Amino acid sequence: MAETQIERQIDRSHMTVSDEVAIQITAMNKWFGTFHVLRDINLTVNRGERIVIAGPSGSGKSTLIRCINRLEEHQSGQIIVDGTELTSDLKNIDKVRSEVGMVFQHFNLFPHLTIMENLTLAPIWVRKVPKKEADEVAMYYLEKVKIPEQALKYPGQLSGGQQQRVAIARSLCMKPRIMLFDEPTSALDPEMIKEVLDTMIELAEEGMTMICVTHEMGFAQAVANRVIFMDQGQIVEQNEPYEFFNNPQSERTKLFLSQILGH
Amino acid sequence: MSEHHSAAYVRSAMLPEQAPPVSEIGVIRWLRENLFSGPLNTFLTLAGSFILYFLVKEYYPWLRHSVWHAGSVGECRDIVTATWGEGATGACWAIIRDRWNMFMFGFYPREHYWRPTLALGLLIFAAAPVLFAESRSIRMVVLGIVAAFLLVAFPGLGVGAAANLMLAAALAAMLVVAWSRPWGLLWLTGIYPGLAVWMLWGGSVWGPVLAMSGFVLGWAAWLATRRFGTILSVGAAVLVPVAWWLFGVEQVLPLFDAVLPYSIDAVRSEKFGGFVLALTIGVAGIVLSLPIGVVLALARRSDMLLVKALAVGFIEFIRGVPLISLLFVASLLLNYFLPPGTNFDIILRVIIMVTLFAAAYIAEVVRGGLAALPRGQFEAADSLGLDYWKAQRLIVLPQALKISIPGIVSTFIGMFKDTTLVVFVGLLDPLKGITDSVRASFEWKGAYWEPYIFVGCIFFIFNFSMSRYSMYLERRLKRDHR
Ligand SMILES: Nc1ncnc2c1ncn2[C@@H]1O[C@H](COP(=O)(O)OP(=O)(O)OP(=O)(O)O)[C@@H](O)[C@H]1O
Ligand SMILES: [Mg+2]
Repeated sequence: MAETQIERQIDRSHMTVSDEVAIQITAMNKWFGTFHVLRDINLTVNRGERIVIAGPSGSGKSTLIRCINRLEEHQSGQIIVDGTELTSDLKNIDKVRSEVGMVFQHFNLFPHLTIMENLTLAPIWVRKVPKKEADEVAMYYLEKVKIPEQALKYPGQLSGGQQQRVAIARSLCMKPRIMLFDEPTSALDPEMIKEVLDTMIELAEEGMTMICVTHEMGFAQAVANRVIFMDQGQIVEQNEPYEFFNNPQSERTKLFLSQILGH
Repeated sequence: MSEHHSAAYVRSAMLPEQAPPVSEIGVIRWLRENLFSGPLNTFLTLAGSFILYFLVKEYYPWLRHSVWHAGSVGECRDIVTATWGEGATGACWAIIRDRWNMFMFGFYPREHYWRPTLALGLLIFAAAPVLFAESRSIRMVVLGIVAAFLLVAFPGLGVGAAANLMLAAALAAMLVVAWSRPWGLLWLTGIYPGLAVWMLWGGSVWGPVLAMSGFVLGWAAWLATRRFGTILSVGAAVLVPVAWWLFGVEQVLPLFDAVLPYSIDAVRSEKFGGFVLALTIGVAGIVLSLPIGVVLALARRSDMLLVKALAVGFIEFIRGVPLISLLFVASLLLNYFLPPGTNFDIILRVIIMVTLFAAAYIAEVVRGGLAALPRGQFEAADSLGLDYWKAQRLIVLPQALKISIPGIVSTFIGMFKDTTLVVFVGLLDPLKGITDSVRASFEWKGAYWEPYIFVGCIFFIFNFSMSRYSMYLERRLKRDHR
């Protein structure tokens, strides 16, 4: 299955994991109605970590990372992001959301706004950055994701890979301290997958704290410092990538890896 | 034939371009594709041609025999007979010429005809920053036509030369502003509601000024209470102006009138009629029902049970009853509930009912637009930290309203036509009220078709313009490039 070769040399000089805790999830449970979708999740993410979450479809990966910025509400346990606990307090939620960037499988760009407007909207309206400054920041990130020439187009005029890079840039314009990715490459053709992965690798090289749900095991091996395997709403196994791929412990993990890597 | 075909092939000569066969070009092709593409289409074409022929044969003579100058129906008939022979029929448009002012203004005082005319012209100027902000050329063409229309119409309405010169200067200044900046006339948009009310009904200038100042008060209340939370500040922004309108204005008005009296002749609502009435109700209804409808649509999708229940209850109730029953409520029942002696203007009452009626339909149309937005749009807005109102205003509504444009404009058109129903509460709508009262006169008794056709044409012009505008808007906003 998905196995895009990561050919580039990874610069690991800034990829340092600090002792500071970025996300702390303790004994978290979530139900959709009567369906127990996340069961007793305990997870600590330190600043600078690059975590890949893998698992079969329906195992709750998306739901887990969506809980981290409260797109989904958990029913028990605790989620603390950057020292702020997620409760029903709207102030806390908005604070966490403006600190945590999220990239979706289907990009979710705003089709009625130009690329530039997509990028500057949240900085201007949430962070109250002056428009000129927001424009400069937006241009900086567009150059970073290598599509500055598309600034005045509308999302519908861009290819999927370009749109996803815009979506990443849009999140980065809010200067987030944590980035969440929910299968950012699953809706893309192979060449486009590579451009998006490149962008994500660059982000990792700069020391961004990242949690990625992805089936790109090449990316996991090259960039992640930890791989988490989920099944049936639970964290079944986690390990550093080399061990995870070469020496999986649980039967479920072995089965999953054999399916996904086609061994 | 050889045993096996060779896969290799090389073209030795390139073919020159050739003219297409006759059946593939020009008129013949168009006819074949559009009118005679199959048995059914051919049949429909022939049937349609026959009906068209029949209609023209029956009615064209009537139109060709039109009489434009006559003093009565009888005179019209005499002229037709004299010109086209015994038994000929002809349209008598003289009735429109003769009673033009009646159709347009009802019993509005003749010497003040310029006031509703100016109000209509300024409406387009006030709407320009909203409707034509994007394209300077369209803006200038529309406003230029309106300005020319006003300048041509005004001398005929008995406005003096000096006043006309002032008007021309003011229009020219506004055209320059509109040319230089898309939103240059936004100040006019802001004051227009008060200005229009004052022009139409007249009276002391302070009434509309103080009423409009309610909005400023509401805004100030919102700013002052903003840091105490959304619910409180929205509450203050609504309650302060309402209290001002209900109790404050009454107290302060005499004071202003005493210190700085300025007023023009007052015109009572009973004098309104014809298209002045239809446009007053229609425009007010359109402008007011859109925001109310949007709020209702959002409320109906709200997570808050009470808000949602209220919205659903209101929308379903309004949609469940005929507009006429609401108008009857406005004209009769409200009088029982209001304290005796209160003079609650009949046109205002009708506007409120028409607005609520249209708002319920708009709410449903907009709800359809909201439902059509993918969930990802809401999630992207949330994940960027936009709060509910910002997400609605910047992300959700622009897209949902764009989807809803055809439905919204349909509702507006329907509502504008429904303004003719006010005849049932004793107002002189152009279609029945005016037509009946014109026909009640001795001279024009028996003229049936012409007034209806004329009124229908005027309605068509307004509604067709709205329809074209909505198509222009849809094209302009088409940005998803799907
Ligand atoms: N809003 C919802 N309401 C009810 N059930 C839901 C909802 N969202 C997800 N589920 C269910 O919860 C389970 C976990 O869904 P989730 O999207 O987290 O899985 P996933 O691991 O991301 O799968 P995939 O790899 O297919 O994206 C699935 O069984 C799904 O059907
Ligand atoms: Mg998923």
